Formats: sequence, C-alpha cells, structure tokens
Amino acid sequence: MQLMSLFPEWILTHGSASLVVVPLMLAVLTALNPSAKIAWATVLAVTALCVFTSLGLLLQVISHGPIHYNMGGWQPPLGIGYYVDSLNAPILLLISVVAFLCTIYALPSVAAEVEPKKKGPFYAAFLISFAGLLGMVITADAFNVFVFLEVSSISTYVLVGMGASRDRRALTSSFNYLIMGSIGATFFVIGIGFLYMQTGTLNMMDIARVLQDIGPNDRVVQLAFAFIVIGLGLKLAMFPLHMWLPGAYAYAPSFFTAFLAATATKAALYLLLRFTFTVFDPSWDFVATALMILLAGLGILGMLASSLQAIFQNDLRRVLAYSSVAQVGYMLLGIGMATTLGLTAGYLHMINHAMMKGALFIAAGAFWYRFGITQVSDMRGLGKTMPWTMAGFTTAGIALIGVPGTAGFVSKLTLVRAAAENGWWWAIGVIVVTSILAIIYIGRIIEQAYFHPVPEINGKPVARNEAPYTMLIPLWIMALASVAFGINAEWTTSLAEAAAHVLDAGPNTVIPGAHDVMPVVPTVTGGH
Amino acid sequence: MSPHVILRVVSKLLIPLIALFALYVQFHGDFGPGGGFQAGVIFASSIILYALIFGLDEAKRAVPPSWVRIGMTLGVLIYGGTGVATWMLGGEFLNYTYFAPQSTHAAGQHWGIFAVELGVLCTVTSAMVAIFYAFGSRAPELTDEDW
Amino acid sequence: MSGLFEHFNFAVVIILMMVGLYVVFASNNMIKKLVGLSVFQTSVFLLYISMGKVNGAQPPIIAEEDLHGASEGGHDVVAQGAHHAAEVLYSNPLPHVLILTAIVVGVATLAIGLALVVRIREVYGTIEEDEIDALDYEINLEGAAE
Repeated sequence: MQLMSLFPEWILTHGSASLVVVPLMLAVLTALNPSAKIAWATVLAVTALCVFTSLGLLLQVISHGPIHYNMGGWQPPLGIGYYVDSLNAPILLLISVVAFLCTIYALPSVAAEVEPKKKGPFYAAFLISFAGLLGMVITADAFNVFVFLEVSSISTYVLVGMGASRDRRALTSSFNYLIMGSIGATFFVIGIGFLYMQTGTLNMMDIARVLQDIGPNDRVVQLAFAFIVIGLGLKLAMFPLHMWLPGAYAYAPSFFTAFLAATATKAALYLLLRFTFTVFDPSWDFVATALMILLAGLGILGMLASSLQAIFQNDLRRVLAYSSVAQVGYMLLGIGMATTLGLTAGYLHMINHAMMKGALFIAAGAFWYRFGITQVSDMRGLGKTMPWTMAGFTTAGIALIGVPGTAGFVSKLTLVRAAAENGWWWAIGVIVVTSILAIIYIGRIIEQAYFHPVPEINGKPVARNEAPYTMLIPLWIMALASVAFGINAEWTTSLAEAAAHVLDAGPNTVIPGAHDVMPVVPTVTGGH
Repeated sequence: MSPHVILRVVSKLLIPLIALFALYVQFHGDFGPGGGFQAGVIFASSIILYALIFGLDEAKRAVPPSWVRIGMTLGVLIYGGTGVATWMLGGEFLNYTYFAPQSTHAAGQHWGIFAVELGVLCTVTSAMVAIFYAFGSRAPELTDEDW
Repeated sequence: MSGLFEHFNFAVVIILMMVGLYVVFASNNMIKKLVGLSVFQTSVFLLYISMGKVNGAQPPIIAEEDLHGASEGGHDVVAQGAHHAAEVLYSNPLPHVLILTAIVVGVATLAIGLALVVRIREVYGTIEEDEIDALDYEINLEGAAE
C-alpha cells in the first residue's frame, strides 16, 4: 500500500503502546506548565501525533491484519497485551481525530470558561482522560480495561467539575457522575473477578478460550456477564442507567462536553461489543437473550423516552444530551439484532454520531462564547448574528435527523434494512417515530434561530458577532464530515463491515504472540 | 504551643523511623513483599504525622507544596522514562531485559523494576501529601477552641 | 446452612456490598454516600483477595536459590517460577496485585469525591442533596444560569 510508506516502521510496531504512553507522560508535564498557550500547544501536538499513529495502525490492520503488542515483552496471557484489529482501530482513530479537532476549539473556549490558574491542570486532565479512553479501547487485558476506564473516568469527573466557574450545578452533576460511574466501574470489576475465578486468566482471548470449554451453563459465568453488561451499561448511558449524562454534558466546560459526547460513550460501547461478541459467545442462550431483550429492548425504550425528554428541555445542551441517550439507543438496537447488517448499522452510527454530536456541541459552546446563550428560547435570530456557526449547527442537526444525503441517513437506512431483514417491523416504526421526534427537537432550535427577529438591545438589533476561526474550523470539519459520510459512505461502511465481520466470527480464542508452552497458572479455588 | 509535649517528643522519635521503614519496604520489594506503593504511603504518613503534630505551616516549610507537585511529575517521568529507555534500546515498552541483555541473572529485570518502583515511590508519596495538603489548606470553619 | 460456612467469604462480601449500595442510594448526605461507595468498593477488594487464597499454600515468594538457577534472561525466571509453583503450592498473588491497583483507584475516586464535596459545601453551604435540589430549583425552573 502506497500510504503505508508514510509511516515510519517504529510507529507501526510500537505505535499501540505510544498511543497511551505519550499522552500520559506529557500530561504530567502539562500539569506543571504555567503557560496556558504552551500547554495548549502540547496537547495539540500530542493529539496530532495520536491521529497520525492511529491512522498508521488502522492502515496496517486493513492491509496486514491484527496487530499485537506485548507490554514489557511478557507474552500473553501472562503479560498485558495490546491488540488492535478492525474492531477497535477505527475507534482509536475516531477518538484521536475528535480530540484533535476539539483541541483546536479549546483555545478560545477554555480561555473563556476555565479559571486562568487552572488551565495547565485542565489540559493535563484532558490528556489523561484521552489516554484513558485510548487505553481502554486498545488493551486486550480485562483488568487493564478497568484501570483505563477509571483513569479516564476520574479525570472526567475533575473536568466536569471544572465547569463550576460557569455554572455551579457542574459540581453536583460531577458528584452524581462520580457516584454512578464508580458503581458502574465496580460492577464491571466484579464481573471480571468472577470471570477470573472461573477461567484463571485475564487476557480476553484466553478467557474466551477457557469459556468455550466451560460452556454456557455455568452460573458464575452468567453472573459475570450480567455484572459486566450492567457496569458497561452505566458507562455508555444505556437507557435507564443514563441519569448522570444530561447533567455532566450540560455543565462541563463546552470544549470537554464536545469531546465527551463524541467519544466516551463510544469507547464503552466498543467494550460492550468486545465482551459480548468476542469474549462471551453470542450464540449462547443467556447472551442471545440479553442482546435481544436488554440491548435491543432498552435501546428502543431509550430512543422513545429520551427523544421525548429532549423535546421538553429548554437548555440547549440538555436537548443535545438527551438526544445522545436516544442515539445510543439506535446503536444498541443495531447491536441487539446480532446480525451482520445490524452490527454494521450500530457501528456505523457510532462513527457518524460522533461527528454530528461533536459539531453540535461545539456550536453550542460557540453560542455561549459569543452571547452567553444556553437556553433554546434565547436563540432568536442567531441565524443572522452568527450565520456561519448556526449554519454548521444546522448542517449537523439535519444529519442527526437523518435527512437523505447525510451521514445520519446512511446509518439509519442500514438500521432499517437490518430490522427488515430480521422481520422487526415494529422497530422500523420506532425508528421513524424517533426521527420525527428528532425533527421536532432540532427543528425547534432551528426555527428559533432563523424565523425569529434578532433581539434588540437599547432599540438596536444585536450586531453580527461570528465565532472565531478556531471554533469555526473544527465545527465545519465535523459538520462537513457528517455530510460527506452521507454522500459517499463507502469508506465508513467498509470500516463498519470489517468490524462487524470481527464480531460475527464469534469468540476470538487465538492468543497472538503467545508461546507454545503455556505457563502453569495456579488454580483458583475461590477460598474454600 | 506545648500542650502536646508527649506527642511531640514521641513523634520526633518516630518520624525518622517511619521514613526509614518506608525505605526498607521500598528496597526489600525485590526479595519479599513490599514496593513503591506501600513504601510511598508509609513515607507520606511520616510527613502527614509531622503536619498533624507540628501544624500544616511547619510541614509546608519542611516539604514545600512545589516539591510535592514536582515529585508527582518526576515519578511518572521516571516510570515512563524507563519505558522510553527500553524503546531506545530496541525493546518493547518496559521490557527491562534490554537493560542487560547478556546478563545471566536477569540483571536487566532488577534494574528496570528498581527504576520503576522508584518512580512509583516518588509519585505515591507526593500524591498522598498533595491530597493531605489540599484538604488541610482549606480555611477551617471551626476554630480549635470550638471543638 | 453448611454452604454458608463453606463460602463464608462470599457471605461477608455480599453483606458489605449490599450495605454499601444501600448507603449510597438511601442517604441524602454526600459524605455518607462516599462512605457507602467506599464500603461497596471494599467488598469487591475482599472478593478478589479471598479468591487468591489456596488452601495449605505458602506465600508466593520464589526462594533465592531458584532465581540463581535461571540462566537465560528474565523470562526464564518466570517460567521457572511457574514450574516451581507446580511442585510447591503457592497462593495466587495476582488478585492481590490487581486489588492494589483497585485500591489506588478507589483512593483517587474518594479524594476527588471529597474534593467535590468541599467545593459544593463552599458554594451551596450544605451537603444535603435535598437542600441543594431546593437551592437549584428556581434556577432549573426558569432555566437561566445564575
């Protein structure tokens, strides 16, 4: 492949480790940095490097198959292995790209929203959160997942709490998120503990191998599955477990909301896919039931309930946050079908939704930056006062509704096709109904912005005051991406199909790079 | 100033011993239970004990907050730097064997884990002290007499 | 009943877990919520640690003479250790190491949680959730930021 020669050999072999290590190490240096500008430049450089690295890894995976990396040279299953295949490589690239675009946007946004003394630590916490997300996607060690999950979560609590200089409710939202998030992570670790108890190993492929021998009728394995699904469900805002999300999204600094909305739930969703399909066996009864009833069922409930809730919110970012919960429902519905087409649809929507939601939240931050607007009812005349920003918002909003020619349409169409293939006609009905609800909650905002006169101050209409270029550029890249992926969906669809094939293949029991001689693992007795 | 004479005398005796014990736990981690995490917490507890007995201001003069911040960073950099060094030597991240590839006693592993644990000690000590300083520095709402 | 004594560790873990979760959900005070969260997390630590117990096993420290027997680099030390473990019964150290990490994570969470509570107390003057809800009620109602 021509493009591959762009990437140095070193990046391709050690890239998977450097993707996590470089942000973490530079994060601590950023924390000490007194200058906000230098801190910002560091973050920009790190995220750009990560985009480059993850692109290299993705191309490598496409052309040469999965990459494995043994941390410290220890062979899995004994050591911690990093593993990149077509399922997680696109997610890595997605997280890096969103982080890079959001960082450009951070320069004006953070300057306005974060106290001057706290900017260095703010950027540091962001890098840690970023590294944690990459880590939990890239690692093949089940306990390592928990560690990275907590690394990213803890820094997220801090970052959400830093929104307090703008709105004090950020503190209580962050606290609620901390309680819910910790319970979720602890549930997850209980599940991992039960799995370890039964299999005596923590490497995901090795767990899958041993689980195939144990079979589906082991109660501890079933229990482990239940804990893992609920734990991850809390993290990815599965419908009734999403209570932390609207507050966290609404009051975090707007730069971080954009990043969080576009990536955090996706990383957790990826883990759910990884565990249900490649560690457990989707053909097992209890897994199949969970997919069908829990994921698809709760997905549908979430789509309906959260779309309705989004309509009745007045805070712009709460509208978008509830819409995020609804969109997670679409992804869960696709995954719950457990067919190739359904998985493709779910995965595709993950990529597309990240672009659309990222753009919408960036625009929402820009409205606050210029006019201090947080409420939908205050958005009168924004189409005239901030035409470019509002146009970007509208483009992404139309994509979110799913108008033909946009990314949202492609993923919804794939989802409808998958539902039709399964004979789930009622699901198609729900998709149509929730799309109409999306027209209402997005349309309400657009109507305020374009069909209402510009508000007047002292008898004069408010002057035009466009957002700075550092906000417009990332906004428009994301907004155009959500249109481009709609007009030519070949690339994203091929990525999603490759991922769906990984999932379709069922449990992945081949341990890459492991010795022929298996080390003796002490028997676990559970303490009799 | 001196209602706690016994406490002050006893703690003056104990603090160096606690710090010494922390170092023992640190360096004995090679051969038995121990290591950077435990040692770091023990070491931090000696500083925290000092702060409890002699007051936060005294403690901050002995261990300034800026050192604490640098310590946290330094620890992570030592840990990560070890990994970067193994990269430079051509191995995987944190593959200590590359420090002494010819060794028959796995000396590379010893050196590697030694450096890493030193980083852990540094960060854990500083982080514990930093947490204590952060909470202790908040202006109290109750004066000592009101207790 | 005998099952309960056989799996005594699980009984303790479950009781602690339920107590912790109950405190998190039932209490109104944020500090108490954090206490509940810590109890809940501790129950998981116990679950893991009791997992690592092997009956009649000795501490997992490989004797020095075994180490010197190793000849070709680091990995063989482990291979030999594992080989050795097959003969002498060692308890499983891995859960302890995992829990060491989990404890650190728990401490970090608790520190962040307490820091948030301190800030909340400074801003709202209370750490009771219902009082905070009441304070925010009007802001939420009119929808405007303060």
